[in-house]
Formats: sequence, structure tokens, C-alpha cells
Amino acid sequence: MSENSSPPSEIPASSRILLDQVTKRYPGQSKPAVDGITLEIPAGKMVMLVGPSGCGKTTTLKMINRLIEPTEGRIMLGDEDVTNIDGDQLRRRMGYVIQAGGLFPHMSVAANIAIVPKMLGWSKDRIQTRVDELLELVSLEPDQYRDRFPRELSGGQQQRVGVARALAADPPVLLMDEPFGAVDPITRQRLQDELIRIQEEVQKTIVFVTHDFDEAVKLGDWIVIFSEGAHIVQYDTPERILNAPANSFVEDFIGAGAGLKQLTLNRVRDVELAPAITGSPGEKAADVLSRIKEAGHGHAVILDAHKRPLSWLSRRQLSRLDVIPATQDHNLPAVIEGSTLSDALDTMLVSSAGAALVTGRRKAFVGVITVEVVMEAITRSRKASSLANGDSPVGTNTGSIGVQGGTE
Amino acid sequence: MWWNFVVDRWPQVWFGSWQHFSLVAQSLILATLIALLIAFVVYGSPKLSSVANGVSAVGLTIPSFALIGILIVPFGFGVTPSVIVVTFFAILPILRNAVVGLQGIDRAIVESARGIGMGRMRTLLTIEFPLAWPIILTGVRISAQMVMGVAAVTAYALGPGLGGFIFSGLSRLGGANAIESVWVGVVGVVILALILDLLLVGLGRLTISRGIRVGK
Repeated sequence: MSENSSPPSEIPASSRILLDQVTKRYPGQSKPAVDGITLEIPAGKMVMLVGPSGCGKTTTLKMINRLIEPTEGRIMLGDEDVTNIDGDQLRRRMGYVIQAGGLFPHMSVAANIAIVPKMLGWSKDRIQTRVDELLELVSLEPDQYRDRFPRELSGGQQQRVGVARALAADPPVLLMDEPFGAVDPITRQRLQDELIRIQEEVQKTIVFVTHDFDEAVKLGDWIVIFSEGAHIVQYDTPERILNAPANSFVEDFIGAGAGLKQLTLNRVRDVELAPAITGSPGEKAADVLSRIKEAGHGHAVILDAHKRPLSWLSRRQLSRLDVIPATQDHNLPAVIEGSTLSDALDTMLVSSAGAALVTGRRKAFVGVITVEVVMEAITRSRKASSLANGDSPVGTNTGSIGVQGGTE
Repeated sequence: MWWNFVVDRWPQVWFGSWQHFSLVAQSLILATLIALLIAFVVYGSPKLSSVANGVSAVGLTIPSFALIGILIVPFGFGVTPSVIVVTFFAILPILRNAVVGLQGIDRAIVESARGIGMGRMRTLLTIEFPLAWPIILTGVRISAQMVMGVAAVTAYALGPGLGGFIFSGLSRLGGANAIESVWVGVVGVVILALILDLLLVGLGRLTISRGIRVGK
């Protein structure tokens, strides 16, 4: 269904989810919580369910893994009707992440991650290897974190372990229920970036519930906007929702600054980065200084042996130094290639250099992104959006799956 | 001197203490199992839970002396009525704590257990029970203290333990060694209670996960 460049074996069509005219009624309530929804989640895509609180988005999500049993309708996973199979078995085939990870406080990080593989009867060795692999995937050093307990982790780290646990048995589907709702904004931005990176690696079918529209725009391949009773108001790509909101409800939901939100759609890797003069610890500061003066730059990036940035020194700082130190500056304004331009802009506005460092695989330095580059991107995306959506990831075929339950 | 009383009767004191401790320990294990079974059944339903809490509150107001007296009729004298009375009183605080402990678990944790495919039973045994265990164990410790005293009363039904020293001393107050006999019973019970409490604290150290232990 999409001409994605990753190998097709990564995204089995069997991980497509289809809710077929699904309704949930609670006893004693006149209106159904979810009203005859038909929703297709394309395989290997991240679909965001957004809407005001109480609109039924979480209920919809929980009906996919049947934590909430639907009153009517069918749930299809690929070509398999999973409406009536054993719920526990079904849930073991779908990762599930909730706020703060939902980690079990009495179990170590490793034990938490190992739960589903254990239930599936994996061997001890295989589980151990898998735990380490997953900890690395979510950027936690296995030796350091394996035996810790959840309360010994920060909120962001707990959330990472939650994602690792959900991925443990390599399920084709991942369900996430406002996973980043309880962390501070900076951590949330990092976790979102991380999720984008992980998704590039694992290519799961992800259904993600959030009330934060900006988060939806940033992460989603597709966005479903719900009104009360889980009525689909618009199901479209972030680009098209921003450029052509279906009605005033969507417009209100997008809120002010739709133009600035466009920045969320562009990633750092899509723009041209500026090169930088680099140096390494142990070099003579004067040598580095003369190099940046020659190039007309104001700063030099100091890299360690693995090309990871250690610090970012200005001319003035360099002139005060004799030898370049190997100290790590923990407040480096750094973003990753998968970061959105909006996050990059945030980061560079707080940095003294008015720019940010970009790191790629294994945190290796790639280049520098400046405010000018971002401004240029805004201009370009304005022009582009007035033309066609040439670069949207999927065509319109999986797009506007009908608006069901149009009884209103 | 008073210690002559203890020294002269050391074999009886030792035997009584051992019997007393054994009665309490075994009844406590039995009570814990029964209390947990009841708690597992009722904690999910607010109605049944409040019934269970009501029963444990009312149950604690029954005078143990009266209960043992009543039980002599159907069960006769000796070990049986003693075990029943001690177990009955031991169940009450454990049941109460078990219900409170199980209900106090963060619903999000239980839901995430269900969400990753753990069945009802597995969730109860591997998630909910271990998380409630510290509170349950506190209930066991309260029970242990309480039924040490109750076990002494069972001597009225000629049950085993240190109660015999107390009753025989009280029945001949003013006679030779009467006070000493009562003292041996009372102090013995207190010492046993301390020992058992220490053992239970040790059990907690061994069985409560480091991840949920209070104060690291």
C-alpha cells in the first residue's frame, strides 16, 4: 500500500488493523461511548487518535486489544477476525504502553521487559539477549539499568522501559495510550524523537492516543480527529489536516499558529545543514582558533573519538584555553536528524550560538542547523503546501476511510 | 528467690513455651492462608469487601475467653478448640490488611498487566499479591502479637502453652509460688511475642521486593 523503501518483510500486511462498525455501549448510558466506528490502521504506520477528553479515543484503542470488549462489530488483525479469540492471547501479540510505562514496581527493569517473552515460553538465554537488545534500542545502557527497579529511574527512563517492554516479543502492533502525558516538556520532546527513531528501526503498526494535537502532528503518519462518541471528523495526513481542515471543529482543535505547526512536519534531515569546524581534545586551542578564523566561523565543535560532540567552544572561550579539554558539556544545544524543525528552533533559541548541533547514528556529529535554515524551510513549505502534497508518505487510498455512524 | 521457681521447673517452662510458640505459629500460617483466600474472593467487589471488613471489626470485639468457653461444648477440651480460637482471631487483622492492600494497588498497574496479556489469576498471583504483600505482612505481625495473648487464654480449655502457668497461679493466689507462676506465664508470652515479631521482620526482609521496600 505504500512505496516505502524498507524491506517488505518488515511490515507484514497481517499487522493491518481494521475496526469494522464497532460500537461500545455502557449499560445505563443513552449514547454509545463509541458509535459504529470503521477505522483502518495501515500496516507499519503510526496513526494518532486525537480528540477532546471523553470523545472515546481511549475506548477505541482499548477495543483493539479487547481490554474493553466491543458491544457490536468486528475487529480484524490482517485477515484474521480476532473479535472472539482468547483476549489474553491477543494482547500478547500487541504491545501496550500507558502513561509512566505502567511498570511493575516490584520487578527489576529486566524482569519487567521479560514478562511477555516468559509467558510465550522463550528460553532464558534468548530472553536475556532480547532484554539487552531492547535496552540498547531505547538508549539505556544494559549493564547500568538491567537490575534497577522502576523507582530508581526518572520518569523518562520509566517510559523508555515501558516501550521496551511493549516491544519485547516483537509484536507487529503497538498500542500507546497517552504514554508521554506525565513527563515534563523537555523529556517529552526527547521521548518523541526517540519514538520516531525507534519506529524507523522497527516499523510497527502503532496506534497512539493523545490529546495533544502538536504531538499528533509531530509523530503521526496519519491523524484521526474524533468528536464525541468517537465520530471521525477527519482522517488524513498531518499536512492535509493543517492545510485543509475539514470543518471548524478541526480548525478549533488545531488552534492558533497553524503556520508554525508546519515546522513540526519538517525534520532536520530534510534541510541542508551547515558544516562546522571540528576539533578534538588534546589539540592546541590556538590551532583550532586559527582554523575557525580562517573559515570565518564563530565556534568550533569538539568531538570525542567516536565523533560525538563534547562541547561547542566560541572564539572567546578558545582564546582563553591552552589545550582543548575532554570535558562533556551537558547543556549542548543538540538535536537529532529525526527531530522536527520546531523542536530544533526551540533548542537553538536557548543556545548562545543561535544554532544547534545535529547528531545522527550513535550520537555522531553531522552538522549544524541555523535559524536561517529554518526560516528558509518555512518559506519553502508555505510554497509547497500551496501546490500539491508531493511527499506525503501514503497516497489517498488508505486515507478517507468513510465516516461511519453518520446518524447525526 | 523467684528464679528458683523457673530453675526448678525449667523443663515445664521450656516445654510450655515451645508448645505456645508452636500453637501460635501454626495457627498463624493457617490464618494467613484462609485470610488470603477470602481476600482474593472479596477484594474485587466493594460490597463483599465491606462485609469482610465489618466481620473483622465485629469479630475483634468478641471476648476470646467467652469464645473458648463456648467451643468447649462441641469440640471438647484440648488442642482443637485452642487452634480454632487462635486461628479465628488471627484471621481478622490479616484479612483486613489483605483487602486494603489489594484494593490500594494502582489500577494503572493492574491494567497494564492485563494489557500485555496476563490472565486474571496470573495478574493476581504475580502482580497484585506481591505488591500487597508488605501490607499483608504487617497484618500478620499485628495478628501474631494479638494471638500470643489469646493463646494463653486457651489454657482454660486445657490447651497447650504458657497459659497453664497463668491459670494455675491465679487459681491459688496467696499460695506458695502463685505470683511467680503467673509472672512466668506473662513474661514468657511477651518474650515469645518479641521473638516471633523479629522472625516476621526477617521474613519481610527476605520476601519483600527491593523495588517496593520502604526507605530503600
